[in-house]
Amino acid sequence: MLEQEIDLKKRRFLTGATSVVGAVGVGFVLVPFLSSWMPSARAKAAGAPVDVDISKLDNGQLVRVLWRKKPVWIFKRDKTTIENLSTLDSVLTDPDSHELSQQPEYAKNLYRSINPDIAVIVGVCTHLGCSPTYRPELGAADLGGDSWKGGFYCPCHGSKFDLAGRVYAGVPAPTNLVIPPYHFVADSLIRIGIDPKA
Amino acid sequence: MDNNKNWIDQRFPLTKVWNEHLAEYYTPRNFNFWYFFGSLAMLVLVIQIVTGIFLTMHFKPDAAYAFASVEYIMRDVDWGWLIRYLHSTGASAFFIVIYLHMYRGLLYGSYKAPRELIWILGIVLYIALMAEAFMGYVLPWGQMSYWGAQVIISLFGSVPVFGPDILIFILGDYAVGDPAINRFFSLHVIALPLMLVVLVFLHIVALHTVGSNNPDGVEIKKNKDKNGIPKDGIPFHPYYSVKDIVGVVVFLMIFSAVVFFAPAMNGYFLENANFVEANPLKTPDHIAPLWYLTPFYSVLRAIPPMFGSQFPGVVGMFAALLILIALPWLDRSSVKSIRYRSWPYKVALGVFVISFVVLGYLGMQPVTPINALLARVFTVTYFGFFILMPWFTSIGKIKPVPTRVTE
Repeated sequence: MLEQEIDLKKRRFLTGATSVVGAVGVGFVLVPFLSSWMPSARAKAAGAPVDVDISKLDNGQLVRVLWRKKPVWIFKRDKTTIENLSTLDSVLTDPDSHELSQQPEYAKNLYRSINPDIAVIVGVCTHLGCSPTYRPELGAADLGGDSWKGGFYCPCHGSKFDLAGRVYAGVPAPTNLVIPPYHFVADSLIRIGIDPKA
Repeated sequence: MDNNKNWIDQRFPLTKVWNEHLAEYYTPRNFNFWYFFGSLAMLVLVIQIVTGIFLTMHFKPDAAYAFASVEYIMRDVDWGWLIRYLHSTGASAFFIVIYLHMYRGLLYGSYKAPRELIWILGIVLYIALMAEAFMGYVLPWGQMSYWGAQVIISLFGSVPVFGPDILIFILGDYAVGDPAINRFFSLHVIALPLMLVVLVFLHIVALHTVGSNNPDGVEIKKNKDKNGIPKDGIPFHPYYSVKDIVGVVVFLMIFSAVVFFAPAMNGYFLENANFVEANPLKTPDHIAPLWYLTPFYSVLRAIPPMFGSQFPGVVGMFAALLILIALPWLDRSSVKSIRYRSWPYKVALGVFVISFVVLGYLGMQPVTPINALLARVFTVTYFGFFILMPWFTSIGKIKPVPTRVTE
């Protein structure tokens, strides 16, 4: 073949076409590899609801259960605690639970719960996922003294929440703690993971 | 003998490679203490790979068995404790060596033209090493492994819009659990070490293309004798290979002292809470990453949430790391070495080192109002070093640079 017969335009087209087809092929091959990183069928199946018996729960007592591999707190609030909740508006970021994704509709109230005395909260800090410590004692010196009405303190980055899981202003966590879907199967049995029947 | 050599040389460039990179690779004759750390970093990489291979023979990358298998290595496997302590101490030693190696670059302007690519490859190596160390720390599945992973992975969850999906993709589950430890094991023993080895290779190829810098910041290739050999150059082998052996001996003495007498280094190399198995229900009272990640962790904590998201803090943290890449272009000074720099650069470098160390210290401490304030101040000075660099490297009086290296 003589040199002047080389069709550079055709050669460039073929190089381009080969590259494009190759890139598409690489794209297809990537799918199974990347998909293998997503939760497997077994991981997906592990999200079943959890039942918690609260008949033995005392005032102020907190139990932790695992739901979808996350800690969920169930604790009982006494009368003073419930009354204190309405006095904290000025120090909270979102006292009225405007951020809709953080709780189901039926928990969008002052107590962020179905019953004012029973709190059910996902115990995962909305900052970076640590599990805050339960600090119910009033006026804890290390948490602001007299103004502390009990709540949760995250040891990782110092975020603070009140006893309804509402976040304090000026801490790293941006939003209130999450309230999971739950309902009362009986007076003292909570099922976490399923909404109440409408 | 010569026949065998010829036989190989006709098929593989053995003599050529030996000469180009060792026997006839000319290095400045004025290397000092700071020039030990490159070869020491390679030594530590070898220690980590060899001990890692042996640990892998006994470790079980399964959330149910990982913690117990590490205890098994410590108690039941003959000499298992030694292999594991060599590996865990090696991780911290790696960062000590790398930080000193990088500081050398800052001192003598080794990142400046024509060595920008060496510097960038080095930063990529540093980031890959951080990822490698982080994933390795998750594997023993103690409390710190678990909650450290929880915090670091949650960083990706703060990405706007895609965050929650990225999180599930990384974890392969809805929380840190078995799929996470399994894939971190794979990345820690195969993917990242391979990457590290390739990057080290590229780092050295780039270095040997332009040649080493030196404490005077003088290009020795500008002064060659009639044979084309730099007048201030000496062959790497045997001169520096022998010098490096001295560094290796001293390093191994200190390293062994830590391995045998203080492998946990009072909670700095192996955190106390990590001697307790991971418990998803309870965060330890105080959690902090290992010391080598804490400066960046401090930056993360220093930046307050904005617009109901803590993404700005995450951006700040990664920016603190990635801004290092821009260094060769931020530095406008005409001289490389600190010996001839103007005083503003010396002051700025001092402030930068103090900022980095203080941020590192604060990252290990609990958040208090005063700590939070200090972290903010030093985050500003940390970034100030880079942002103001084009200014402070172009003012002040520089000293005349000699044409040849000094004694």
